Amino acid sequence: MTTSAVLAVSGGVLVACGVAMLLERSLSRLVVGVLVLGNGVNLLILGSGGPAGRAPILDGAGRPVSDPLPQALVLTAIVIALASAAFVLAIGYRSGRLSGDDEVRDDVEDRRLTRGDHELRAEVRAQRRRFRAWRREQRRQVRAARAALRRDIRAERRRRAIDDPARIEEPDPGPGDRQDEAP
Amino acid sequence: MNHLLPLPVLLPMAAAGVKIVLGPRRPGLQRAISLGVLAAVLGVAVALLAAADRDGPQLDQLGGWAPPIGITLVADRLSAVMLTVSAAVILCVMVYAIAQDVADQAPGTPLSVFHPSYLLLVAGVNDSYLAGDLFNLFVGFEIMLMASYVMITLGGTPARIRSGTTYIIVALLSSMLFLVAIAVVYGATGTVNMAQLAGRLAALPPGVAHLAELMLLTVFGVKAAAFPLSMWLPDSYPTAPAPVTAVFAGLLTKIGVYGVIRTETLLFPGGQTRALLMAVALASMVVGILGAMVQVDIKRLLSFTLVSHIGYMIFGVALDSAAALAATVFYVLHHITIQTTLFLVTGLIERRGGGTSLDRLGGLARTAPLVGLLFFVPAMNLGGIPPMSGFVGKLGLLQAGLADGGPLAYVLVGGAVVTSLLTLYALVKVWNQAFWRAPCTPAGTAADGGGRHGEERAARPGGDGDEEDPPAAVTASLPPAMVGATVAMVALSLAYTVGGGPLIALADRTAAELLRPAGYVRAVAAHAPGGF
Repeated sequence: MTTSAVLAVSGGVLVACGVAMLLERSLSRLVVGVLVLGNGVNLLILGSGGPAGRAPILDGAGRPVSDPLPQALVLTAIVIALASAAFVLAIGYRSGRLSGDDEVRDDVEDRRLTRGDHELRAEVRAQRRRFRAWRREQRRQVRAARAALRRDIRAERRRRAIDDPARIEEPDPGPGDRQDEAP
Repeated sequence: MNHLLPLPVLLPMAAAGVKIVLGPRRPGLQRAISLGVLAAVLGVAVALLAAADRDGPQLDQLGGWAPPIGITLVADRLSAVMLTVSAAVILCVMVYAIAQDVADQAPGTPLSVFHPSYLLLVAGVNDSYLAGDLFNLFVGFEIMLMASYVMITLGGTPARIRSGTTYIIVALLSSMLFLVAIAVVYGATGTVNMAQLAGRLAALPPGVAHLAELMLLTVFGVKAAAFPLSMWLPDSYPTAPAPVTAVFAGLLTKIGVYGVIRTETLLFPGGQTRALLMAVALASMVVGILGAMVQVDIKRLLSFTLVSHIGYMIFGVALDSAAALAATVFYVLHHITIQTTLFLVTGLIERRGGGTSLDRLGGLARTAPLVGLLFFVPAMNLGGIPPMSGFVGKLGLLQAGLADGGPLAYVLVGGAVVTSLLTLYALVKVWNQAFWRAPCTPAGTAADGGGRHGEERAARPGGDGDEEDPPAAVTASLPPAMVGATVAMVALSLAYTVGGGPLIALADRTAAELLRPAGYVRAVAAHAPGGF
């Protein structure tokens, strides 16, 4: 069989582009991918009909005519590609109405299953680390607060000892102190 | 010339047209049309099977154009027997779907959308079985797929749109690949008539023939969901309504298997891809069943067992002996019936238990003993418990594998046994959790079920919740017609055991015919002016 190299090469290039577009997540790109891929395939089918430039079949008295069958096949394929593209567009529209974009989401169940042991354990570790850091921070704050309080108390005692040396022996300044200060 | 041949395609297609015109009007008449047409298709299929079994392949030339240019419809034993079983299954699923609509008092959508697409799907399925040329097979596939796109996105809920997109893109890609394969075959041989191809492909240089064969196998592998090409199936099937999933699982994958059988017996006999098919079969069986074991949703679990059991059929085709092909044909028939039944029962479970997640179901054996029985019988059948048809089919395949005797065949036999046991494990897990253990809530009433769903949804992080369908209304009542249709399917699957002798004899004759494609070629060539 002989065929036109241009048809074969451009068909191949279109198929490659179409497949690349099909790998995208956005449905509008997928539609373009389907159309480009379909056109590439149609060129390949046309190419399978033999060399270009022959007479159409009606005009073929005595001369070699071009094969009409691939043309009929391509016609069917074009109609089918049109219907498919229309359907994908409708799906994209619906998806846009539902979720605001036309990206194809991951499967919910898949995501749930693939979050296996490994990720769960990592998550537990991270949680524990966060908890420990939080606890350290809390303790540090408590210690700091206690130290500040003690410093204040000491300063207070020193002040009062200067004012009234007799009171310095008193063991627990606690509530008594505050009552004294209140007025 | 047998002019019955176009009827299985024409009747449903015409009925679909009538329904689109009628829209949601005259529901009673429309249901009668659906059931009448599908019953008529079943009748025609039985007549074709009888004729094909008695007189050899039946032919019809559409429009009176002679082969190889005209479109040929051929019904040999394989086509006719698959057509018959499919027609029976399709009729039962239609009864089930109608009963469900009537019980739910659904508005017009089922009549104006579901019925026409279902009938077009049937037309496409039947056209694929009867196609006598490669391009008509492609057209049959496309009719079927176009209808299935509508059915899998029925209602347009977020979950169905998402899973439908995966399904549609994979299907479109495989269709394109099919067209490229047809271009390659036509460029190399100058014909798309299968009977003529059988002769011309054999004369091709081995490299070109091998390329065409592998492309066709890839296309049919995607349709059949054989392992590396099966990823789309468990993602897309479970979200659809029960009757849709049932008919998809039962029929659409088997058309892929039908394509593989045709490719390997008629177009490229001789088993050049034997090792490849064996590897694919083993991987499908093992990966599929391992996937099924970890699922918590019954529909997804069944989808994975579907992938796994496709492996058995590919195994039979790879062995390429009379016994193996006979067992494959038997297994295909058994599996069409059983897989559809299981999905229909899952629909009943969903109605009764309020969902299909094993985490939430429980105690159904007490609250719905009939559903339990209807699940148990086909589940054991799928697992291959004697004396049911699953056992017969698997036994045939294993015997054929042992008779083959190659090291690969032995590995496959081992894999098949392990897969069978694991299938049993997966299904018993479903049985234990959904049916036998104590119910999760005391009564499982409608209010309870709804409440549980509500909490569950509220507890989930937002990213997951927005893709879930709203929970199906929990209805305690099971319409008798739905149960009746399921009972009929279970009875059909048991009939394969009761009528096992004649059916296995028919499968043997089918295999014998498949192994001698000369008869098929001669039958078609007889109608060509001047032969091939």
